[in-house]
Amino acid sequence: MRIISQSGACRAATTSISFDESLLLGTFMGATIVEKIFSSRCGHTVRAGEVVMAPVDGAMIHDITGPLAIRNFFEMGGTKVFDPEKIILLFDHQIPADSIDAAENHVFMRKFARDQGIHNYDIQEGICHQVVLEKGRAGPGEIIVGADSHTCMYGAAGAFATGIGSTDMGFVLKFGALYFRVPETIRAEASGPFQRRVGPKDLILSIAKDIGADGATYQAIEFTGETFSSMPMHGRMTCCNMAIEMGAKAGIVPPDEITYEYMRSRGKSSRVSIGSDPDAGYADRRTYEVSGLPPQVAVPHNVDLAMDVDKVAGTPVDQVFIGSCTNGRFEDLAEAAEVIGNRQFDKSTRVIVIPASRDEYLKSLQAGLIERFVRAGALVEAPCCGPCMGGAFGLLAPGEVSLSTSNRNFRGRQGSTDASVYLCSPATAAASALYGEITDPREV
Amino acid sequence: MIMRTWKFGDNIDTDAIIPGRYLVYNDPGVLSTHAFEGTRNDFAKEVSKGDVIIAGRNFGCGSSREHAPLALVGAGIRFIVAESFARIFYRNAVNVGLLPLVCHNARAIPDDAECRVDLEKREITCQGRSYAIEPVPDFLLLIVDAGGLIPYARKLEGVETCTGSQR
Repeated sequence: MRIISQSGACRAATTSISFDESLLLGTFMGATIVEKIFSSRCGHTVRAGEVVMAPVDGAMIHDITGPLAIRNFFEMGGTKVFDPEKIILLFDHQIPADSIDAAENHVFMRKFARDQGIHNYDIQEGICHQVVLEKGRAGPGEIIVGADSHTCMYGAAGAFATGIGSTDMGFVLKFGALYFRVPETIRAEASGPFQRRVGPKDLILSIAKDIGADGATYQAIEFTGETFSSMPMHGRMTCCNMAIEMGAKAGIVPPDEITYEYMRSRGKSSRVSIGSDPDAGYADRRTYEVSGLPPQVAVPHNVDLAMDVDKVAGTPVDQVFIGSCTNGRFEDLAEAAEVIGNRQFDKSTRVIVIPASRDEYLKSLQAGLIERFVRAGALVEAPCCGPCMGGAFGLLAPGEVSLSTSNRNFRGRQGSTDASVYLCSPATAAASALYGEITDPREV
Repeated sequence: MIMRTWKFGDNIDTDAIIPGRYLVYNDPGVLSTHAFEGTRNDFAKEVSKGDVIIAGRNFGCGSSREHAPLALVGAGIRFIVAESFARIFYRNAVNVGLLPLVCHNARAIPDDAECRVDLEKREITCQGRSYAIEPVPDFLLLIVDAGGLIPYARKLEGVETCTGSQR
C-alpha cells in the first residue's frame, strides 16, 4: 500500500490520510467511485450493499446540531474526541445569536472546542459547507460526515460526504468511525452547454424533477458527462449540495484538473485520482441534454416540483432571497448582479442577499457587487444560513411568497406554514426581483 | 399494547415534524409541544403515550435535525409505520430509540384507529386487518436491541474499522 501524503496550509490538511492506491485506481473491476473510496479507505474491496465501520476523515458540527452531538458524545462515555484536527466546528444557523437560548448553545460549543483543542471558526467564517471546502477540509477520496443534510456538497471536491444526525455524530466524535451501508450509485450524465442565464441550479432542479424527491434514497448520485467535467467548482457545489433533495446519501463529481486546481488554491495539494470503471455497476443511468434547458423553478412545496420558468412567470413575490450554501457564492452573486445591471428592484419586493462565506463576501465587495445590490435596494446580510434556516430572520407571514436560491421549498421552511417558497437560480431570482414577479432571466 | 394511529401523507419533511425556529431546544419534552406545529395542530395537544404514526412515502425527508425524532420520542411515540423513510431520519430514529417500520401498504391503514404492533409476527393490526412490516436490517437491530446508539456505544471500548463487513 502506498501512502499518499497530503499537506497544506490549513490545520486539518496537515493530517496524513493513507489511501490504498491500487484500490483507488481500480484493480478490481466494475467498481463505482463510491465503492472505490470505501475500498481504498478500508484497505480491501468493498461493494455496494455491504455495511462497514469506515474511518472518517473529517466531521463537521454547527450551532444547531452540534450541542446535541456533544451531549451525545459525553453520554456515550466520551472524554476526548478521536482527533481534534479532523473536526470542523462553527456557527452559521443562528448568528449572531438571535436568542438567549442560541447564545447559550454557542457558549457550550465554544467551551467544548477549547477543552478539546478543536479549532473554532465561530460566527465569522460563513456557512458550514462553504467553509469546509474553502478551508481545504474535504478532498478527493476522503470520507467526510457532517451533522447537516447538505454535507453531500463536498462531493464537488471528489469526497464521499454525507449528512448524519447528532447521535451518529456523537459516535463519530468518540470513535472516528461510523457504520455505513455502501450505497449503490445512480449515474447522472449531462451533455451540452447551457443557454445564456441558465446554469447548474436549473440543471439540478431538472434532475430532481426527473429522479424525484425520494428517487435516490440510500444511493449516491455521480454527476458526470461533459457538462459536469467543464463545470466550475461553484456549479459542482450547487449540484452536489442538492443530491439530498432526491434522498441521496451523497453526490459526487469525479475529481479532475478543476478539482485539483481548487484544492491547490485552498492549500490542499491533493491529486488523488479516482473514478468509476467504465463497466461499473450502476443502479440507474440517467442522461440530460442541457442546451435546450430553460430556467427552472421548483414550486411549493416539494423540490422535485420543478418546471420551466414560463409556467409560473408572473407569480407575484414578496421576498427574494439570494444566498445559502446552494447559491451564495461569488459567481452566484456576480450572475445576479449581471442580470440587474444598474437597475432598481421592484418596490413591492424585499430582496435579501447573503454571501455564503467571509471569503465570498470579500470577493463580492472587491468586485463592487455588494454596492450594486445595496443601491438596487437589497438588504445585504453577513454570511450565514439566513431565511433558509426558517428560524433566525427573514421569515414569511401567512400568504406571503418567497423566491429563493436555496435548496428547500417545504411548507413552513421559511416561516409560516401558510406561506409559499419557490426555488430558482440566482439569475432568475435577480430578474424576478426587478419586476416583483417570477420572471425569465433571458428576457430582461 | 393498543395504540392510536396518527396518519400523514407522502414526503412529510423534518420542517413539518419540527419547525426550524424550535431547533434551539434540545429537550424532547419541549420539542414535543411543537411537533407538527402548523401541519397538524391537534397532534401535540392530543397525542398519547404509545400512539403510532402512519405515513406514506419518504417520511422524514429533508434536514438531518435529530430534533425531529426527538420531538416524537418526547410525544411518547414508539413506532412509525411508513411506506418508506428518508435515510437520515431512519437512522436518527433508530439511534434515539424510535422504531421506523416499513409497511408497503401503510396508506391503507386508517387514521385515528386502534392498532396493535406485533414485532415478532412483523405486522400491524388495525380494526381487524393486518398489514405486513418489513424486517429491520440486522446491523441496526443491534442498536435497537440496545435501546439506541447511546447505550450501544457506551458499552464499546473502541471500534475496529473495516473489519467484519456484513451484508
